[in-house]
Amino acid sequence: MKVTVKLFATLRKYLPPDATGGKAEVELPDGATVRQLVERLGIPQSAARLVMVDGEHCPELDTPLQDGQTVSIFPPVAGG
Amino acid sequence: MSGGWTGRVLRVDLSRGEIRVEPLRTDWARDFIGGRGLGARYFFEEVDPRVDPFAPENKLIFATGPLTGTNASCGARYMVVTKAPLNGTITTSNSGGHWGPALKFAGYDMLIVEGRAPEPVYLLICDDQVTIRPARHLWGKGVWETEEKIRDEVGLPEVRIASIGQAGENLVRFAAIMNDLHRAAGRNGVGAVMGAKNLKAVAVWGTGGVPIARPRDWMEAQWQFRRRLRESPVTSEGLPQFGTAVLVHVINESGALPTKNWQLARMKPDETGSDAEKISGETLKAEYTIRNKACFACTIACGRVTHVSEGGKVRHAVTTSPRNWNLAGEGPEYENIWALGCDTNVDDMDAVIKASFLCNDYGMDPISFGATLAAAMEMYEKGYIDDQITGMPLPFGSADALVAMTEATALRRGFGKELAEGAKRLCEKFGHPELFMGSKGMEFPAYDARAIQGMGLGYATSNRGGCHLKGYSVKAEILGVPYKMDPHATKGKAELQKKLQDSTGAIDASGICLFVGFGSELDDLLPLLNAATGVDYTLDDLLKAGERIFNLERLWLLRAGFTGADDTLPERLLKEPIPYGPSKGEVNRLHEMLPEYYRLRGWTEQGEPSAEKLAELGLDKLRAG
Repeated sequence: MKVTVKLFATLRKYLPPDATGGKAEVELPDGATVRQLVERLGIPQSAARLVMVDGEHCPELDTPLQDGQTVSIFPPVAGG
Repeated sequence: MSGGWTGRVLRVDLSRGEIRVEPLRTDWARDFIGGRGLGARYFFEEVDPRVDPFAPENKLIFATGPLTGTNASCGARYMVVTKAPLNGTITTSNSGGHWGPALKFAGYDMLIVEGRAPEPVYLLICDDQVTIRPARHLWGKGVWETEEKIRDEVGLPEVRIASIGQAGENLVRFAAIMNDLHRAAGRNGVGAVMGAKNLKAVAVWGTGGVPIARPRDWMEAQWQFRRRLRESPVTSEGLPQFGTAVLVHVINESGALPTKNWQLARMKPDETGSDAEKISGETLKAEYTIRNKACFACTIACGRVTHVSEGGKVRHAVTTSPRNWNLAGEGPEYENIWALGCDTNVDDMDAVIKASFLCNDYGMDPISFGATLAAAMEMYEKGYIDDQITGMPLPFGSADALVAMTEATALRRGFGKELAEGAKRLCEKFGHPELFMGSKGMEFPAYDARAIQGMGLGYATSNRGGCHLKGYSVKAEILGVPYKMDPHATKGKAELQKKLQDSTGAIDASGICLFVGFGSELDDLLPLLNAATGVDYTLDDLLKAGERIFNLERLWLLRAGFTGADDTLPERLLKEPIPYGPSKGEVNRLHEMLPEYYRLRGWTEQGEPSAEKLAELGLDKLRAG
């Protein structure tokens, strides 16, 4: 299956080389989880602080993904 | 009490030209700590809540906290306390930079400004020498030029200056007080109060220090505190590297980024014709940022020094910059980008930075300005106002309108006269009060309350109107600091808001920056406060102080004529569901949170603090009435 991954802030360096505008398509085995995606991209787990799947916050990294979903991953950030 | 506070208050009556130094009320200092709390306590005592904000009888208090000017990380803050010209609330408007510490070094915890000068003046404070000096030659000048001229004429390179630009002089209802060129006591229009007093600037040079009651404990406490902030990835990496602007994508991806005057809650090319990436923190860092910058004693350094290059692709060159800053300025912060870029749907970073610099130089709150412009744009697109009234096309997404209206508003020229009154008055004047997106008369900041339920409760109950800073529940609801809550749920949000509002009151009183809350807890402040002041506060004392401050402000509001009915949100947020994105279908369910919030606060169903609560907080002598 294919998912779209969007990486932000300090995580942009983990994007595959073909990425544009901060996002890329990633091929994963069916039923792969957010954790597998994070590992595939080489992002240290502690750095994947905020994960959203199609905009829904997804605090549980073992959530299985589905074909066509968009996964947004942020490091620990804040502002005001 | 032998440290932290200097123990002295400087009082200046501009009508009579009198300058006095008084001892600090130490009983109030203990109970209200400083900054927001102590300033509000003096203000409550001295100013009739029904006063006209522009009258000489309104006072302007600059209040530091016991940690301001110490080497505690982030101990740079001061608060401006006054009655707000924007919306008639008590306001406590916070700023960093170096000005607050300078006031402490000169030997004062607070400066209270009364009356109105017959002619434009500025105040020069050099330790014990305080003089009122003519400022007619500075009137009409922007903040940047004003600072430069004052620094030249007093001959003190290290002098720190807080001033107003043209917006404050012109009584723009959301004018800011600016210090150190780019730092702002931004909200509620505190700069217009300064303008009404004919006070152009307060220049401070201090040669003293801040006394510390228990130096040995202090050294340990301040190291410990620095370690805490260094160990948190948010305060040691996220904020220093990307500043607050990193939130553009976070909030947009959550479907909580108010767009086009809150008609939509995200920027997406196929829905809004605009792209958040273009005005994101990532783009700011890659293309515009020269370096980051810290306030006094800060170890986070979230500030940005940015530039817009002249020529080339740039359509909005910065022409008002002073010689030392060439084409560079500070910011834009997340809030500036949102108000000037997202709410107006202008995804043009050059224009956003230009408008943000102009807001700093004219001395004007970009949040209220951008939000007011967005309301005007919605009225324009719906045909409620036309070019005859606005003087130029005002569609959403117009970078030209954004930059032109920033200037017109600060100078109160043309349609800028209407914008200068703020969104509430603007929308009422043209017959569409429902398009005002704010509470208690102040425009909301950058988080959609339909997508982040607890923030909606915070907006509705903030004592200064639509504000995120007095109970930043986005921290838990979106950012997961220190723990994650579902932003779409209302359960637990009343308790979250109350706790945050109380702890924020204590931090705001200490003189330290609210951003330490991203890397530490309130109990991390305890050793600092105790070592500095020599008072043995407990964590419970601090929370109680925060609660006392919040309730004191509330009492003042009730005296000024506000009621529980003002604890509300616009119809759009309560009834119009978000049309697209991850928060699609959401409205704010304030009715599920507010009654519980009142109960937790110990307030009546009408939103008035109960006699028992006031007695518990030692406020029973100050009952509303």
